[in-house]
Amino acid sequence: MSTIHSTFKLKKFQFTNTVGERTFGFVDLADLMAKATPARSGDRLAGVAAASAEERVIAQMTLADVPLSLFLEQALVPYEEDEITRLILDDHDKNAFSLISHLTVGGFRDWLLSDLATSEMLTQIRPGVTPEMAAAVSKIMRNQDLILVAKKCHVKTAFRNTIGLPGHLSTRLQPNHPTDDLTGIAASMLDGLLYANGDAVIGINPATDNVQQATRLIKMMDEVIQHYEIPTQSCVLTHVTNTIECIEQGAPVDLVFQSIGGTQATNDSFGFNLANLAEAQDAALSLNRGTVGNNVMYFETGQGSALSANANHGLDQQTCEARAYAVARKFNPLLVNTVVGFIGPEYLYDGKEITRAGLEDHFCGKLLGLPMGCDVCYTNHAEADQNDMDNLLTLLGVAGCTFVMGIPGSDDIMLNYQTTSFHDALYARKVLGLKPSPEFDLWLAKMEIFKNNEQFTLNHQLPDAFHKSLNRLIGGRP
Amino acid sequence: MSQSDKTFPTHPHAEPVTENAWSKLNAFTDARVGLGRSGISVPTRHLLAFQLAHAQAIDAVHTQLDSDALSQALMEQDWAKDWTKHCAPLMLHSRATDRATYLQRPDYGRRLDEESANKLDEHRASTSQDYDLAIVVVDGLSSLAIEQNTLPFLQALSSHIKDWKLAPICFVKQGRVAIGDDICERLNAKCVLVLIGERPGLSSPDSLGLYLTWGGKVGFTDAYRNCISNVRPAGLVYQEAARKAFYLLNEARTLKLSGVKLKDRSDDDLIMDTSKESKNFLIS
Repeated sequence: MSTIHSTFKLKKFQFTNTVGERTFGFVDLADLMAKATPARSGDRLAGVAAASAEERVIAQMTLADVPLSLFLEQALVPYEEDEITRLILDDHDKNAFSLISHLTVGGFRDWLLSDLATSEMLTQIRPGVTPEMAAAVSKIMRNQDLILVAKKCHVKTAFRNTIGLPGHLSTRLQPNHPTDDLTGIAASMLDGLLYANGDAVIGINPATDNVQQATRLIKMMDEVIQHYEIPTQSCVLTHVTNTIECIEQGAPVDLVFQSIGGTQATNDSFGFNLANLAEAQDAALSLNRGTVGNNVMYFETGQGSALSANANHGLDQQTCEARAYAVARKFNPLLVNTVVGFIGPEYLYDGKEITRAGLEDHFCGKLLGLPMGCDVCYTNHAEADQNDMDNLLTLLGVAGCTFVMGIPGSDDIMLNYQTTSFHDALYARKVLGLKPSPEFDLWLAKMEIFKNNEQFTLNHQLPDAFHKSLNRLIGGRP
Repeated sequence: MSQSDKTFPTHPHAEPVTENAWSKLNAFTDARVGLGRSGISVPTRHLLAFQLAHAQAIDAVHTQLDSDALSQALMEQDWAKDWTKHCAPLMLHSRATDRATYLQRPDYGRRLDEESANKLDEHRASTSQDYDLAIVVVDGLSSLAIEQNTLPFLQALSSHIKDWKLAPICFVKQGRVAIGDDICERLNAKCVLVLIGERPGLSSPDSLGLYLTWGGKVGFTDAYRNCISNVRPAGLVYQEAARKAFYLLNEARTLKLSGVKLKDRSDDDLIMDTSKESKNFLIS
């Protein structure tokens, strides 16, 4: 407990707050941020969480009074030690910040919720908002606040189609297979396409992670995309240095993937730095494969990765996560995906914590200008089930989430976890009226996958274009 | 295929489930493809099949390992007689008192509780025997994996390690992989092999993992370990898992190390598929 008595010296606390007879102290901004964070197992594991419910709210009240400008004066990870801190502070746009520089964290929440914060205004302030400011304000927002403000943030990206338009929801088709078997992968791809999924990206997590395998899978997806003239892009989720090699060897790479974290030490543990990402982005841009846009990066994130790499610098996991978004936005990604429930119950214990984290990540990403999607997911050792996923998917659909995953029947047979299914995406479309990317929508109509694009009604028959392929495999007219 | 206008059933007795013409693709993958749909939703039959698989995975995580029964069964095996004749298996527990604590505090699962630590220390003090290998059976995230795979795997391994001096077999509840290092150090064994229940997948609630550490000590990271994963009848079969484990044990004994510097070349005699073939049925 950081409750202190008046006889104690107050000097060692940067922030104090007296409520009734008790004075609460917080050592520094990092301590205050951590203790103001809604409860979750990862912060308890790290030993940075508030010791009581009361202390948490006192921390939130104290944080609400902190001026936004303090985050520019006090780096949470030392500038000299961390290239992400340097990125955040060196790239900060003072003009954009001048629109909100008079606000405290609490005042920022009020401003974001108010009619002053139009979509245009939110776009304008973006380069003036740091990840720490976004994280701070999210800590004192309720779930509905996170949804309401995120919905006002519009982030449009493009490669072979346009992603992120208001009223749209895209899906990553994730045809993973435990042995990278091409027939198995193709089966999941066909299933997904015929369920109208795959406009964000067709993205494979390879079981065997090397350059040769990545090249084989990239080639395979490219051939399918070309054959059926699908307005989408492919990605093999291999290490950034592998993808650079794939490009050097002439592989048809659409998007470069990398898992990213919010501290330099986290990314060291992932085996890359900002220069690697810049090199990869240049290499992918040089291929000039986008037809309607040039966003060539795909990033994945998730709360807990910094602590898991023992690289959290005493920060709470949500603040680390928001700092990863500074890395992402430097490289104009097509897609950013917070893989929220994958890491396990020692970081996010149950459905409630996963839901909260998903909404926080989506909000912070959108506020910072990222095309934020979410892998709405859980593992079998977390206290969560399909109903929790239904809830989070619906909430994110309302919040204007850019994309979610789509896999056959929610069961990833390679990564051994559950995420949203092809069917789930159609559910979200139907109840919320969310369309796929416009170019992909036209393709679905052309291929007769959708019978009625307005009502998201699927064809009852197998569309003609896929007959030949299916016969080739299973023989006879099905 | 005719694009008839009769594709929208309107009669209330019409079939509500639309089967997928491509449902036969499930012969080529374990992925849940071609499920069909009720409207746009998963049909009842497939919904409940999924719920059953999830229930089995949850039960695998939360059902307590009956290590007494397993230990008893081990002692009744002919092939294990030499392992248990000097000392019955030791029953140990981590510092994680229950499953909820275990799931949230991996650090507790990596260390023995006081009573277990004392038990090992007393054993060590009671004998001057050198130990080549400590075999440690840990519940991990799937008690089912331990109950189903431990004895058949150990039987397959037993013929390989006849000349290895074995420490008493240890059974650990609420343990993580690294608890093997704590045990290895206290028993002063040269090497530790941990059998642990892996995080259950929906289609694999019973997957056993094997972790080998040479000279295990508290604080060792994964970089010091070699892993063999997915040991179960439908995955890596026992004979094959035992062959790989013995290969690593032998290499570790020769090189006096384990982990990233010990490469698993047990498959080098097999022909690797190095083709860059990318053809599949979706394209001609």
